[in-house]
Amino acid sequence: MKLLKDKLPILLFILLLAGGWELGTRLFDVPAYIIPRLSDVCAALLNHAALLGKHFALTLWEALLGLAFSVVFGVLSAIWIDSSSLARKTIYPLIVASQTIPIIALSPIMVMWFGYEIGSKISVVILFTFFPIAVNTADGFRAADREIGELLRSMGAGKTQLFLKWKIPSALPSFFTGLKMAAAISVGGATLGEWLGGESGLGVYTKRAANMLRGDDVFAGVLLLSLMGIALFVAAQMIERLVLGHRRS
Amino acid sequence: MAGVNRQQVTVERAREESLPASAGLTVQGLTYRFEGEEPLFDGLDLEVLKGQFVSIVAASGMGKTTLFRLLAGLLQPESGTITAAGAVPGQRSTIGYMPQRDCLMPWRTVQDNAAIGLELAGVPKREARRRVLEMLPELGLAGTEAKYPHELSGGMRQRVSFLRSLLAGGELMLLDEPFSALDAMTRISMQQWLLEVWEVHRKTILFITHDIDEALLLSDQVLVAASRPITQLESLVVDLPRPRTYETTLDERFAYLKRRLLGQLGRITSHAEGGPA
Ligand SMILES: Nc1ncnc2c1ncn2[C@@H]1O[C@H](COP(=O)(O)OP(=O)(O)OP(=O)(O)O)[C@@H](O)[C@H]1O
Ligand SMILES: [Mg+2]
Repeated sequence: MKLLKDKLPILLFILLLAGGWELGTRLFDVPAYIIPRLSDVCAALLNHAALLGKHFALTLWEALLGLAFSVVFGVLSAIWIDSSSLARKTIYPLIVASQTIPIIALSPIMVMWFGYEIGSKISVVILFTFFPIAVNTADGFRAADREIGELLRSMGAGKTQLFLKWKIPSALPSFFTGLKMAAAISVGGATLGEWLGGESGLGVYTKRAANMLRGDDVFAGVLLLSLMGIALFVAAQMIERLVLGHRRS
Repeated sequence: MAGVNRQQVTVERAREESLPASAGLTVQGLTYRFEGEEPLFDGLDLEVLKGQFVSIVAASGMGKTTLFRLLAGLLQPESGTITAAGAVPGQRSTIGYMPQRDCLMPWRTVQDNAAIGLELAGVPKREARRRVLEMLPELGLAGTEAKYPHELSGGMRQRVSFLRSLLAGGELMLLDEPFSALDAMTRISMQQWLLEVWEVHRKTILFITHDIDEALLLSDQVLVAASRPITQLESLVVDLPRPRTYETTLDERFAYLKRRLLGQLGRITSHAEGGPA
């Protein structure tokens, strides 16, 4: 009941947007290849449900695998940056500077390296999601309360104990900030990876539909992609609440 | 493994034998400076008897916290030796250090915060938690074991922090201005509380404070930092009878001691104002 009350404004707002969309396209007689009617998009969703489901599953799988790799590499890099002042002075700035490289321009290289199979899609997702996880986690390690560390040291904590009982719990909140950002953009990475060369997935589906000027199918695919992004974000948020729920918000 | 242990034990024995049996803490010729700064301590000697409550009063920035960090083994002295009864400096500390801020870990409950010292010492987690649970009522923390630090009042947080140091340490506790962040009412009740807890456990306590009444009420002896750098600490023995309560502060004897302590501090203040900053 409380949940419903919390979410009521956003639900009403979405309803309003949907109504505006349907009404606007009818009222101004917008051609379907520019903006299809919402009812047509819904029809497209239903008519191709099975096909869309298959593409959806593949894209989701790519995004999840990419995210998993980013979590592993990102956290390992953050540990490395935190444990070595040389790495902090060299690797960290390099990771930040790498963000000035347009990832979109870099993505075709992934296709050259990893071919048209799932490998290239995963690597593009990693390109998108590694940065927020690595940098947020590294910042989290760095922001760990030094006095708490000293106190544990005064009680005889060694390096491993400091890492497990001080550094990791301190960095968890920023790690989750990074993870949520990564989850939201991972779908974009997977879509781009599919565009650059692929056989299936929602990215391929929307691209083909666009080539055929099938506005309703394009919008159906895009709608599903954004729902996937939201779902991944919400999932990350739920894990965060599960792990950190008791701490002060 | 066994060989290493035996060696440690002999070192400890040797240290203890070189101390008078009654010494809780001995500092000899302590010299320390932060890099590129004026020295804070220069040849400081300090001796605290076992089971005594000793306060250190000094102006802000004189190096009180630094002294504690040296005693706790977090900083290495430039020269001089620090010997706590039963402890080998540089090895696993048996000193219960309570820092100026409470430094509770927001991700741990009261029970787990207080148990951290035992946990680090290798006591099994269940056993550590059980021992904390036993202690909570005595510290006025009954029923708070599952609470997180942000759910506690300032006074409760300090008590958890105190319990953590009590359980972590051996004979010696270092308390760095534990009550300075509390309001006057809470502070008075916390002083009362500390007196009661100390009467039971009789640890050797070194206590930093800015508050002269607090120092006199709690201590057997008050040490005043006499110069910068600190080369010696002037001592005032507080011979008020125990057990003490807040009423003690209304005693004639208390007023007399306070006047003497203020005198000592006043001389230092005027001296400091005359000297280079
Ligand atoms: N890590 C550090 N590096 C350099 N200088 C430091 C460091 N920590 C403290 N100092 C300096 O050493 C002096 C003593 O600091 P300390 O914290 O020991 O003072 P204090 O007597 O505890 O003061 P307060 O009563 O305000 O807590 C101060 O001048 C401070 O600026
Ligand atoms: Mg201090």
